[in-house]
Amino acid sequence: MSQTMRFSIYRYNPETDSKPYMQDYTIEVHAGMMLRDALLKIKAEDESFVFRHSCGEGVCGSDGLNINGTNGLACITPIAVLKQPVEVRPLPGLPVIRDLVVDMEQFYHQYRSIKPYLTVHDPEPEEEYRQSPEDRDKLDGLYECILCASCSTSCPSFWWNPDKFRGPAALLQAYRFIADSRDQSTAQRLDELEGPYRLFRCHSIMNCTNVCPKGLNPTKAIGEIKKIMLKHYV
Amino acid sequence: MAQDLPRRKFDALVIGAGGGGLQAALQLARADAHVAVVSKVFPTRSHTVAAQGGINAALANVLPDNWHWHMFDTVKGGDYLGDQDAIEYMCRTAPRLVVELEHAGVPFSRLDNGKIYQRPFGGQSQNFGGEQAARTCAAADRTGHAILHSLYQQNIRAKTHFFDEYFALDLIVDDDGYILGAVVLEIETGKPLIIEAKATLLATGGAGQIYRTNTNAHINTGDGMAMALRAGIPLQDMEFFQFHPTGIAGKGMLITEGARGEGGYLLNKDGERFMERYAPHAKDLASRDVVSRAIYTEVKEGRGCGPDGDHVMLKLDHLGPEVIQKRLPGIRATIQAFLHMDPVNEPIPIYPTAHYTMGGIPTNRHGQVVTPAGQTPEEVVPGLYAAGECACVSVHGANRLGGNSLLDIVVFGRAAGNHIIEQLQTNRYHRPMTGDSIERTMARLQRWDRKGDGISVGEMRNRLKKAMEDYCGVFRTEDLLAEGVQKIVELEGQMDSVRLKDHSRIFNTARIEALELENLMDIAVATMCSAHARRESRGAHSRVDYPERDDEHWLKHTLFFKEGRKLDYKPVRTKPLTVESFPPKARVY
Repeated sequence: MSQTMRFSIYRYNPETDSKPYMQDYTIEVHAGMMLRDALLKIKAEDESFVFRHSCGEGVCGSDGLNINGTNGLACITPIAVLKQPVEVRPLPGLPVIRDLVVDMEQFYHQYRSIKPYLTVHDPEPEEEYRQSPEDRDKLDGLYECILCASCSTSCPSFWWNPDKFRGPAALLQAYRFIADSRDQSTAQRLDELEGPYRLFRCHSIMNCTNVCPKGLNPTKAIGEIKKIMLKHYV
Repeated sequence: MAQDLPRRKFDALVIGAGGGGLQAALQLARADAHVAVVSKVFPTRSHTVAAQGGINAALANVLPDNWHWHMFDTVKGGDYLGDQDAIEYMCRTAPRLVVELEHAGVPFSRLDNGKIYQRPFGGQSQNFGGEQAARTCAAADRTGHAILHSLYQQNIRAKTHFFDEYFALDLIVDDDGYILGAVVLEIETGKPLIIEAKATLLATGGAGQIYRTNTNAHINTGDGMAMALRAGIPLQDMEFFQFHPTGIAGKGMLITEGARGEGGYLLNKDGERFMERYAPHAKDLASRDVVSRAIYTEVKEGRGCGPDGDHVMLKLDHLGPEVIQKRLPGIRATIQAFLHMDPVNEPIPIYPTAHYTMGGIPTNRHGQVVTPAGQTPEEVVPGLYAAGECACVSVHGANRLGGNSLLDIVVFGRAAGNHIIEQLQTNRYHRPMTGDSIERTMARLQRWDRKGDGISVGEMRNRLKKAMEDYCGVFRTEDLLAEGVQKIVELEGQMDSVRLKDHSRIFNTARIEALELENLMDIAVATMCSAHARRESRGAHSRVDYPERDDEHWLKHTLFFKEGRKLDYKPVRTKPLTVESFPPKARVY
């Protein structure tokens, strides 16, 4: 059972276009299609149309896009739920390289700057570090992040200060290591989040949590960091 | 022209940023080597991220275990085609490496005593074929994601130099056969770049995209394998391609073997637990080739489920919501997204789907690429290494065991990294560049600037995938494969008529896909020709007309060369490093 569906897609090729424009496409679709399948059909018709994608099942984080005004992953967004014409734009706030492809360096820079790696100062044992199932449970909802940038690019604080505010994705990872019973750098991690911008530009409007395609909750993680900070400095 | 291209120089160049490449890069960066990692996607988008069930190591955290049992299972799982020196090395190293990964931050699931959680997986046994073992260390069902992210994070810490979204075009080969680095393409600008290195490691992953229905990511186009072929290096054992038993029917998304490890099982339309007939002892946890063939047979003989009788069901609902949510949350989400079903309530339609390339670039257990030359079938190619799915060490032989691929990438990524570090001690300078390999690469690149009408890249890719599916699937015969070889060679001949419409420079993914198509074509030809030649059934290579394993004639590795589509063979290394050899025996589960 096939039918047609209308799409309006952001196009911009700096080699040929003086400014971006929206291009309409009408394609045949079938029930059960994801947005990525539809975009691939458009690409098959018009190979000049460019977007990132890879795994097709929501684990690689390549195809974060703005879909009818909301950020999400094309590969796990069913077209059945989308209002027509489906407006597809690049993730907001980041420089556009071409069509739906954005330059994610600001986002990656903030990720790197929270030192997203386990840091242990004690000598390493010859076995695994012991961690109770309860302590391990504290990492659920944190470690699953796929760095798709849906959250940070839906956050007004990140739009205004992408160079100073760490953004929800990086802060979620900051908390992932603070919450890890094996990590021994909590004090340093907290110190590095001090100041008016890095952490405290978050005003808990929860855009990040609402769009996360993995169902994670950066707002809550940010709240936890703030709580620990308070205890730490009082 | 080559002299006009921009150049960068590093001690070591790693191509591919999955688990193999990142593990090697980490070794190198920690040893203060100047290392560059080239990846066509941002590192955490590499396909290691999609590995679900876990990584094998005989930690014995749940049930008794030791590396020697793991070794036996791997040799048997590979239907005795694996090289036993490499398998011993991998299984011995496994526990230490899993601990190392844990120290690097991997959030493994935990047992009550705080140790790493382990689950049973297919083909695992205690005591050389006895009771089921539990050897697969897991982070829920997101183990690949957990490992890849942790390795990337540690590389950030070690200040590894990344070339993100650069596409590797070809190896640079000099007149003496040394590998001097690679020519790469910056995707954002469309500009080529020469990266010189004293050692180059290919860690580019598998080539599942040669098949239509597969579990693989769009990027799994076997780029490194094809680069090796074009550099005159053969590919080994390409006829052995693994079909994973449990892909979502009709779609191909992977449902981890861990689902059966946690207690799930398969049913046919009569509600029969049919694996009991095919593998009375191991049942649903027989090795993957066995389970995939059983599913095909059920469907072929009319016991498939659904209106078209074209799949079987995987039952998980008896495990209860707690186990499913705790141990298998990722596949639950995938099933909900793509099937609008919940495995907590009902069985899921599944069917085998193309999954893993057992074959690849021949290497020894240090990761050095080896090729027949002069007197020996395993002469080292100076300056070149390979690790992970693109390589063939061979630890997987004719069929890989679940949980051994994450292990393979970290064990041999690390071995290669360490060997390169040693080599750098004595190779302090870059060799001068001679030869015309860069010119040939640039000519190949420029062919895609030709304008005019022709077959589209997408159309050609569809034809290739269909040919592979039709002629080189799970069950194979002489007639089918002979026709398949004809078909694929014919398609290869049409490559010259493929044209791009988009010739722009900036982030031109159509051009990247054209280059990937060239790679897929080389690999498809290698796979089909290797399969046609092997007249026996072994592991994943199942010949209906030669149903038995034939150790007398075929206990040997295939080598396929691009030039003249030549086939050669070399003996299996049946001698382990320190223990007794496991001689071929009948393989029953």
